[in-house]
Amino acid sequence: MGYGIEALSLSKSFGDVVAVDGLDVQVKSGTIFGLIGPDGAGKTTTMRMLCSLISPDRGTARVGGNDIIKDSEKIKLDIGYMPQKFSLYGDLTIMENLIFYADIYQVPKKERKEKIDYLLKFSNLEKHSYKLADQLSGGMKQKLALACNLIHTPKYLFLDEPTIGVDPVARRELWKILFELKEEGVTIFVSTPYMDEAERCDEVGLINKGRIFKKDTPDNIIGGFQKNIVSIYSDDNYRLKDFFRSLDYVEDAYLLGEELHLVVDDYKDKEMRIIKDLKENGLQINSMDIIKPSFEDVFVNIVKNQQDR
Amino acid sequence: MNFNVKRVLAVIRKEFYQIKRDKRTIAIILLMPIMELLLFGYAASTSVDHISTVVFNNDMGRESQELLDGFTNSQYFDIDYIAYSMDDVHHYIDDGYSKAGIVIPPEFSENIKSGKTAQIQLVVDGSDPTSAQTILSSAGGVAQAMSVEIIGDNAIKTMPQPLDLRSRVWYNPDMSSINFNVPGLIGVILQTVTLMLTSFSIVREREKGTMEQLIVTPISKMELMVGKIIPYVIIGFIDIILALALSVFWFKVPVAGSIGLLLFFSVIFLFSALGVGLLISTISKSQLQAMQLSMFMIMPNILLSGYMFPREAMPKVIQTISNIFPLTYFIKVLRGIILKGNGFSSLKNEFIILVIFGIAVLAMATFKFKKKIY
Repeated sequence: MGYGIEALSLSKSFGDVVAVDGLDVQVKSGTIFGLIGPDGAGKTTTMRMLCSLISPDRGTARVGGNDIIKDSEKIKLDIGYMPQKFSLYGDLTIMENLIFYADIYQVPKKERKEKIDYLLKFSNLEKHSYKLADQLSGGMKQKLALACNLIHTPKYLFLDEPTIGVDPVARRELWKILFELKEEGVTIFVSTPYMDEAERCDEVGLINKGRIFKKDTPDNIIGGFQKNIVSIYSDDNYRLKDFFRSLDYVEDAYLLGEELHLVVDDYKDKEMRIIKDLKENGLQINSMDIIKPSFEDVFVNIVKNQQDR
Repeated sequence: MNFNVKRVLAVIRKEFYQIKRDKRTIAIILLMPIMELLLFGYAASTSVDHISTVVFNNDMGRESQELLDGFTNSQYFDIDYIAYSMDDVHHYIDDGYSKAGIVIPPEFSENIKSGKTAQIQLVVDGSDPTSAQTILSSAGGVAQAMSVEIIGDNAIKTMPQPLDLRSRVWYNPDMSSINFNVPGLIGVILQTVTLMLTSFSIVREREKGTMEQLIVTPISKMELMVGKIIPYVIIGFIDIILALALSVFWFKVPVAGSIGLLLFFSVIFLFSALGVGLLISTISKSQLQAMQLSMFMIMPNILLSGYMFPREAMPKVIQTISNIFPLTYFIKVLRGIILKGNGFSSLKNEFIILVIFGIAVLAMATFKFKKKIY
């Protein structure tokens, strides 16, 4: 399988701020690639460069074999791009927005009606087609934006944090749509801050400080994590977190939802020491167990190591 | 660069949907021309008539009464106050009751009867030079007419005047300032409305973020620019018809030339005016900046285009500057057609300049526009 999207040492600075710094990435055609990283890591700038909305300072990239600098207008025929911020016309109705983009992409009259009906159904917006886009909820707006970007049946779809501000049900719907698109052969490049979404990608790239420092399947990234994660439930996680951070054999302690997670090199070896230390300090816990690291655990640790370096 | 009419039509349709749903824009389109025309048409009138006048008549003869009738009949003077002393006259003018005072000396009738030169005194409030000028010339006219009558009556034709200047005013024989102002005003209105509307058109999309979605599509710069301009050409055309109708039917300004030619020139002018707006919108970073820039453009346009002050009276430098405003030429065209009844052949130069200007600014706006977000 060939690479649909390839970038070679892409770089972009805004004044003194380096947004993207020698970024390399290759995405196989027909897969979902997730760009995962903290805010300000360079996700949006990378995506905008790949869509030819910003010119890179250095480096180059190809989308579907077209150069993002030389063939920028050719690329635009093949891609759909959903910006992070809602960017359709709020003072146009759903239908008017769809027809506008159908006209701009020159979708033939014959296919158009069928395509619009299909997209409305697909995104569950049929009943709202007369509404102004500004009147829609966050989730509906995102589905409309996606629908408008699919009107010309793009081969490459770029989505910049598409599920921000979207409720869990709509999030699941949106991902269902993405899987269907993948089945149809669309290459999807998505950025997200949500780890559960990262796990749904075929491959993920972890980005920090404008550079992708790890790229693999989610399973391999988790599998490559050598340390043990200990999950602790207690009545006072905050106090315990501070306590564990003071112990030298605990590499890290952080909160994930209701749980307190500890990172240790070998749980079997350290279990008794933890129990003993808790007892000596008069601290109570409700349960403690080794767990399979989640993507989030791995991500938090990798990013932390990156920043320490 | 590819150019597809269907894409342009899509942009035009979209712009109209947006205009239709924006009450502020509709207000600018419909109310601004009417309001400006009424405001400027009435308030900026420099014609002065029915001047409140105070009379101090020391002469009780028939001749002085005839003279005063002459003043009243001219419609320029309304004799509102009768004074009984010079102090009275001062009082009426000082306190602003009257703008002019007529003082007739006691021997007035006597002098006329005996064929001597009779004198009258005209006191004018000169604090407003424009009205003072009108009062002076109107009074001169009345006195002149009266003299001719007296000379005719006495049938003294022994002394022919060495020089007989007979002036005739062409094109606007009543010298009515409304007839002169309205054509220029139409130009100013068209310039203001179109500049205000288009200067937002691109930068608004940038600020709202809709530009980001639009420029990942294959739309070309040319298609976008033309699509952005055509709706406002149509709107500008509606506005000029509105302004013309108001001028002709409300202000009763006679149109000497061809309305068709006038509309043709309006469209030519619209392209340049809109091009300037689009250029502002392309180079502005925010809507606020676009607003400031267009305000910055509107003022010199109004002041220097010849709408307010005659360009002949301006210093050379300013005249040269005013040559770069398309409005300067358009006002010339408007006055030429409406007042003088000029045909196309007299306006060829203006036509060429407006066309070149239009093409130049539109090309510049298209060139300056980048299909990038920064």
